[in-house]
Amino acid sequence: MIYGLDFPGIGEVLVWPDFNNNVIGFNKIALSNLIAMVLTVGIFIIAGSKRKMVPAGIQNFVEASVDFVRVGVAEETMGKAGRKWVPFLCTMFFFIFFNNISGIIPVFQMPATARIALPLVLALTTYVAFNVAGIIKQGPLHYLGANLFPPGVPKVLYVLITPIELISTFLVRPFSLAVRLFANMLAGHLMLVTFAVLADALFNSSALALKPLSVLPFAMLVIMTGFEVLVSFLQAYIFTILTGVYIAGAVSDHH
Amino acid sequence: MSLLAQAVELTASDIKSNNAATGAGLAYGLAAIGPGLGIGYLVGQSVQAMARQPEMAGQVRTTMFIGVAFTEALALFGLVVAILLKFA
Repeated sequence: MIYGLDFPGIGEVLVWPDFNNNVIGFNKIALSNLIAMVLTVGIFIIAGSKRKMVPAGIQNFVEASVDFVRVGVAEETMGKAGRKWVPFLCTMFFFIFFNNISGIIPVFQMPATARIALPLVLALTTYVAFNVAGIIKQGPLHYLGANLFPPGVPKVLYVLITPIELISTFLVRPFSLAVRLFANMLAGHLMLVTFAVLADALFNSSALALKPLSVLPFAMLVIMTGFEVLVSFLQAYIFTILTGVYIAGAVSDHH
Repeated sequence: MSLLAQAVELTASDIKSNNAATGAGLAYGLAAIGPGLGIGYLVGQSVQAMARQPEMAGQVRTTMFIGVAFTEALALFGLVVAILLKFA
């Protein structure tokens, strides 16, 4: 019976044995990161190497994606000035997407962004990018002034507003950016694990009457896998568009 | 009697992990209430805006996703607190 079904420990769900018995500290997550990097670089090199006037195949796909990032992300948040950020945003989008999608690829079955390390590095990249962009555009003093002392506010309120702005702009932003990606992918992964464990336990249960019931969690597993594709895309999109919003906020003169 | 005996056997670390598990459940459950209401209202209003002005649907959808991302962050902080309580 499965009344006391044990959920696998967090170690089994999330920690992967390192290859080579921990000698080089290279595990499955690192492998999916590497593959995502190679894929991101690879598809752009392949698509760019054999350019044709009428795009076909992979070139078609890449052109459509770049157009999506340029129109849907860069120009939507930064206007025409966002064009020079398209390469950065595009790379970020594809890298995050390939890392997310490894959660539903057989053999991998673990989103590489469901460990906090990668989202944290990406969020710090964004953090450096928008701060440096703002400082270059406005100068360090003016940039800090525009962020911490927003104009058009009564002087007395600065006592309240400046600490809030300091925390929300310079501390919470990178943290929430990293946590959003991490927690969404982790939650999706745990949901898939839950249904997989349930289907497995029902199918292998000793009571014959319970075996047909395993169809239900399995159907849910299939549906959720489809849902995870959507989530992978959506989280990559949200991360990219928030990067765009932060950069736009940093480089615009009127805050 | 057996209940009493069990109560005596609980060590300090048992009690700590029990409290941590309860706290983790409460942390996420409570953190999900506000963002749940918020995202429901946000998406509902966005659908209304899109239905009224379909030509603005693209812009409304982008703004909606940004708003959802900010609102959702609060619930995710609750999830992080729950994870920290349970496993750290």
